[in-house]
Amino acid sequence: MATPNTPLWEVFIRSRNGLAHKHVGSLHASDATMALQAARDLYTRRGEGLSIWVVPSSAITASDPADKGMMFEPAESKIYRHPTFYEVPDEVGHM
Amino acid sequence: MAIASISVSETPLVLYTLRRADDALILGHRLSEWCGHAPMLEEDMALANMGLDLLGQARELYSYAAKVEGRGNDEDKFAYLRDVRQYRNLLLLEQPNGDFAQTMVRQFFYSAYADLYWRAMMKSSDATLAAIAAKSEKESAYHLRHTSEWMVRLGDGTEESHARAQAAIDHLWAFTGEMFEADASERGLIDAGISVDSASLRPQWLKTVADVVDEATLALPKNDWMQQGGRDGRHSEHLGHLLSELQSMQRTFPGAAW
Amino acid sequence: MYTQALNTSDADDRHVEDAARAAAFQARIDAEERIEPNDWMPAAYRKTLTRQISQHAHSEIVGMLPEGNWITRAPSLRRKAALLAKVQDECGHGLYLYAAAETLGASREELVDLMLSGKAKYSSIFNYPTLTWADIGVIGWLVDGAAIMNQIPLCRCSYGPYARAMIRVGKEESFHQRQGYEIMLTLARGSEEQKAMAQDALNRWWWPVLMMFGPPDQVSQHSDTSTKWKIKRFSNDELRQKFVDATVPQAQYLGLTIPDPGMKQNAEGHWEYSSIDWDEFKQVLAGNGPCNRDRLAARRKAHDEGAWVREAAQAYAEKRKHRQLAQAAE
Repeated sequence: MATPNTPLWEVFIRSRNGLAHKHVGSLHASDATMALQAARDLYTRRGEGLSIWVVPSSAITASDPADKGMMFEPAESKIYRHPTFYEVPDEVGHM
Repeated sequence: MAIASISVSETPLVLYTLRRADDALILGHRLSEWCGHAPMLEEDMALANMGLDLLGQARELYSYAAKVEGRGNDEDKFAYLRDVRQYRNLLLLEQPNGDFAQTMVRQFFYSAYADLYWRAMMKSSDATLAAIAAKSEKESAYHLRHTSEWMVRLGDGTEESHARAQAAIDHLWAFTGEMFEADASERGLIDAGISVDSASLRPQWLKTVADVVDEATLALPKNDWMQQGGRDGRHSEHLGHLLSELQSMQRTFPGAAW
Repeated sequence: MYTQALNTSDADDRHVEDAARAAAFQARIDAEERIEPNDWMPAAYRKTLTRQISQHAHSEIVGMLPEGNWITRAPSLRRKAALLAKVQDECGHGLYLYAAAETLGASREELVDLMLSGKAKYSSIFNYPTLTWADIGVIGWLVDGAAIMNQIPLCRCSYGPYARAMIRVGKEESFHQRQGYEIMLTLARGSEEQKAMAQDALNRWWWPVLMMFGPPDQVSQHSDTSTKWKIKRFSNDELRQKFVDATVPQAQYLGLTIPDPGMKQNAEGHWEYSSIDWDEFKQVLAGNGPCNRDRLAARRKAHDEGAWVREAAQAYAEKRKHRQLAQAAE
């Protein structure tokens, strides 16, 4: 008999205050409480974290890589959003 | 050729410290037996983490006992060169792992005690014990949380898990009384503020345990008969086998360094 | 790392596998771009990686057993703590790798079932027994040493989740090899009995460790496509040679003899080793190693005896969900 699946969770860790939570991997757990404890035991054995988020993998909505063109390329041409687009003479100093 | 066991001058403080060190080593050893065999990989990680916490506590306590005794013993001599009658751990902690329910109930009963015990010991007048307590308290608090979650899941899970959890409680209950005993050698330490009176922790322990057991839809036994003897080296038959494994290298290769 | 659900999306009708797509995929690989879970990929790339990553994961998990055999007998408390932490790390590495494999669309449960039924392979090295404490030293020094040699190039593997898992594994594994070498060093500086124990362990493990790098290049069946897809960056023989060259001076420092009387250093400084007994390798892979049956039996036992625990956790989760729904409805 095939083994029934236990829900999959994505784990995010804040390594120190001041930094954002970062995706570190996933794990299996029957519920959120156990997922949080498993994340602690699996992903912070060497003091890697100060805060953990666990999110059911099924709750994530992801963009489709096939839509990369329409999703992200239009932003590439907006060069006037970047400071280097504008000329300020050196004499003015740092701005 | 087997090496002779060491002799220990069991002054009250040495004996007291060794008792707690033995608790941590024996329970840590039991947990380490699970490594590679747990019901799920995530729990393999959890059991090893708890085992490592306890091994760490044992090493600090043995080192302190060695320092207080001042006769050239060290953590490894205490662990590897004392025979079953010289071991001072609680009977509860040497009980075999059994199934996962038995391991969890054993860990839950002890962690609920250790959490209170170490928290109280942070106020010990002995600075080293207070420092060890401060570190151990955080570890025990987590062990209590983790095992409480499992108690509830096993008790309120399936019919089978409920039956196994209840059987484990019924089996291990008689070993819980020993945690709250203090003999004459500990009385002086309690009076000096070095130790806490464990008996005073029992009401809170009982409340913590009863609350979780209740949430888990399980029940505590009515039977109040309690086994004793571990603190004086009168153990169950299980400890001798544990030690013969734990100590096999030191006994087979006397005096070798590894 | 991403979800199973994402990868089972309507791939079939929208992503018709065709030559143009395959060419674009290869171009990305050639440009050293990383492939991520939801990107289009050839079915064979997905299949190859699923097999390789899951076998790697199984190896970590089965690999807990030979060393786990010594946790309860470790000869000092320091060694005991280090060994327990190391074997636990291997469990963690297995978990990172299963997570990476799952991003390709397989579930951990089905991958594990393949291993338990004997259909999926794991590293042949773990089918040898750990007889003495020196075996724990040799495993750390040589088995982990060989694994690290394999893992370093995998950190640049074209598949993002696998590469990231390997980076994490590599960081953690650095203590494993040092731990093993320290054990060997202690034995080498110990009594005659301890030195003999160290030499005996090296004698037994040397050839199986060389086999860990896989069959010689001329017969390796997966190498060509794996190289093209930048899953593999060095050939089996190249990695094996690197390993031998790194290990010989370490053995010399220990005062141990590599059990290969024909071994000699060539003009380029490489250590040439004698021919490997590939029949033994084939036998072990076929299930006839000294411990194949024991290893699978141990994993099956853990799995079977843990079933009621997993069911309990799942049953409780469902009960709680229903209770919360009922509460919300009130």
